[in-house]
Order: sequence, then structure tokens, then C-alpha cells
Amino acid sequence: MTRPIRVLVAKPGLDGHDRGAKVVARAYRDAGMEVVYTGLHQTPEQVVQAALQEDVDVVALSILSGAHNTLVPRITGLLRSAGLDDVCVLVGGIIPRADEGRLADAGVDAIFGPGSSLDSIVSTTRRCVRKPLS
Amino acid sequence: MGGDYLSLSRLITHVESDGPQVQELMGRVFPLTGRARLIGVTGPPGAGKSTLVDAMTAGYRAAGLTVGILAFDPSSPFTGGAVLGDRLRMQRWATDPGVFIRSLATRGHLGGLSPAARGVARLLDAAGFDVVLIETVGAGQSEIEIMDLAHTVVLVLAPGAGDDIQAQKAGILEIADVLAVNKADLAGAAMLAGQLESVLDLAPSRPPWRPPVLQVVARENRGVDRVLDTCADHLSWLCAEGRLHARSVRRIEDEVAGLVGRIAAASLVKEAREAGRWGPLIQDVVQKRTEPRAAALLLWERLRPQHGGGTDIAPGDDGSCGEGSR
Repeated sequence: MTRPIRVLVAKPGLDGHDRGAKVVARAYRDAGMEVVYTGLHQTPEQVVQAALQEDVDVVALSILSGAHNTLVPRITGLLRSAGLDDVCVLVGGIIPRADEGRLADAGVDAIFGPGSSLDSIVSTTRRCVRKPLS
Repeated sequence: MGGDYLSLSRLITHVESDGPQVQELMGRVFPLTGRARLIGVTGPPGAGKSTLVDAMTAGYRAAGLTVGILAFDPSSPFTGGAVLGDRLRMQRWATDPGVFIRSLATRGHLGGLSPAARGVARLLDAAGFDVVLIETVGAGQSEIEIMDLAHTVVLVLAPGAGDDIQAQKAGILEIADVLAVNKADLAGAAMLAGQLESVLDLAPSRPPWRPPVLQVVARENRGVDRVLDTCADHLSWLCAEGRLHARSVRRIEDEVAGLVGRIAAASLVKEAREAGRWGPLIQDVVQKRTEPRAAALLLWERLRPQHGGGTDIAPGDDGSCGEGSR
């Protein structure tokens, strides 16, 4: 018996545009995953504590505000300090190509820009999971 | 509690998955339970359960108590997935070390909770939380399982949702120890409260505790202290005159009997499958040669002779008795 994949969908920072995050959360649910949706205006600390308490397999961050270079490394750093190295980190939103390398170095497993298909998001998420499901 | 939420979180996942070591784990956890107050929060979708849980948490934290929260949301019957959105309304507590929040999906279970709910609640109890708040899925009339798990059940209703008529349907009202009319700033709140009092006048649910009807605006933290006080009063009432003990005994009886049933059923079916008897038995029922209940009894009858020391035991099996094991 395998358990469902658990994903945290969070919008860190001041970005208030959550339609994309909600659409992705719905897609995850339709793909059989359990999605903890924490909503808007999350601090990095709130994101990481939620990831820890909910024992998620994946943290999916939605950032359209341009603040990713500050927020993402902070979040991945906190995940590591909290012992959550086996959690996959995905970032969706507006990320300039020039910043992709830096985010990968910070520990991001995949980045999804505007126009990413829900299928590709779901399948990448599935492949990304590192914790055992059974 | 010590705040090792990482371990607690992983243990919860394990219990939820009903993994191989769960039996042993629960064996160690169970003796440590019994200290926490378990409070269920139920009610129709949109009544404000999560907002009230959030506000109650503020009250408990202000009193220096630690709070564990279990929030349930329904799994899709088609995909098995779920959007767990209760945490959204409680996220201010994410970084408070005295609060632990876990969102759970029902995973196909009916009744308002999930199959692992009792085990996970026990984990939180054993972990040392003073209060465990359990928010059920948005309940209709039949999500009453919380009644068997919590000490006190708070039913949250809101005006304008047809609840004035819903209030007449006894089912969900019967399980409530506290009735909270939330969004009491809206029109119809006082009327709903009045209607609830009338229903209670007509048919007292579990005498002699009459569920107080409270008016609350959870979003503005108004009236929440009265909810907390009423829950405390209810617990005191339970503890008086041995009521809590009597109830615990009944619940344990139900739980153990239920588990015996499930274990026996699984064992009988497994045995029948392995002996090749299952397929033919089912075929008999499909062809209407045997009625379903009679088929089930047949399985049971096949098992009984083994336990009665009958002729099914092959000679030589009694050898182990010679070593003084009995």
C-alpha cells in the first residue's frame, strides 16, 4: 500500500496573486496527491514549519513578485537546518533565466515559468519525491 | 513536549500509512495517553470551524497551554487526492513552538475523520499537548465519528445557510456538547440561537448536560472565551460522578470489539483464499445458490472446529503439549 504524495503549496512574501497556486493545488489533488495549501503572505519560517509538521514530500513555492532570490535561498536554508534535506523544492512563477542557476545552487529541484503545463508540473513533482511512499 | 516536531510529524505519517511498526509503536504510545483534553469541532462547511479553532488556540496559548490540532478535509473519491485547506486559517501559529498543526485527508473514510484519526490523536496526547483540537470535515448529518473520539464536541453553525431548518434534524445536534452560532454579527444569528434552544427544549440530547447555545464572532475573537469556559465546564461535569470513566469503558469496548471483528474478517478471508475456497464460495453467491450472509457464516463454521479441538487437527500436532507448554 503506497501512501499519497504530500505537497505543500505556499506563497511566500508579499505577492498576492494566488490564482496560479490554486490551479496547481487543484491539479495535484486531481493527480491523487494531498495538498496542504497555506495561502498568501507566508514568511520563510512559516513555510518551513508547515513543511515539517505536515511531513510533506514536496514544497512548491509560487513567487510572481521577483523576490525569489531573497526568499528561496532563505527557505531552502531553513529546510536544511530543520533536517528536511529529503524534501523536494519546486518554484513556480516569474523567474528570469539568469536566476535559474542560482536557485538550483540553492537547492531548487525544478522551476516552472508561465505557460508550464499542469501535466509537466505533476509528472516532475512525482519524479522528484525522495522519501519512500510505502 | 520538548518540541521535537520532526519526529512527531514522521510518526504521524507512519500511523497514517498503517506501516509495519505501527502496532509496536501504539503499544508504547497508548500507556502514555489520557492527559490531554480532546475537543472536537464540527459543523457544516463554511460555518467557521477553522476560524474558531484558530481563535480557541489563541485563548489556550494565552493561558499557557500547548495545543495540538488535527484538521480533516475530504479526499476525492475519484482521485484519492485532497486539498487540505484548514491550516490556511491557522498559519499564524506555524512558528509558535507551543502549537502543532497537522492536516489529514479522510482517505476514503466516512464519518468525518480518517481511519488513523484515533491513533494520531493518541500520538498527540502522548506527546504531551494539554489540548488537542480536532476539526472534522464539513459535516452534514452523518459525520458523527468525532463523538467517540473527543471529550467535548463543539458544533459550529452559521446563520443564513438554511440552518434554521437544518436545526430541526436531530442527528448532528445530538452529538454536540456546545453549540456555537458563529458569524453572530450577521442577521439571523439570534433567531438561529433561539431555534436551537427550542429544539433542545423539545428533546434533550444527552441528559442531564444541556448544550449551551453561544453566539460567537470567531473572526473577531468575540465570544471565544465563553466557548473555552464552556468546554472546561463540560469536562468538569464529565469528571464528576465517574461519567468520564464509564464513557471510556464503553468506548474501549466498542474499539476492541470493532478491531476483533476486522482482524477476524481479514483472517477468515485470507485463509479461505489460500485454501482455494474463496472463489467457489463467491461463485455460489453470484449464481444465487447461496445467500451472502449464509456464505459468510460458512466461512466462520469452517474455522470453528479448529478452535474446538475437533477432528481437523492432524495427529502429531499435540506433540508441542508434551513439553509442558500448557
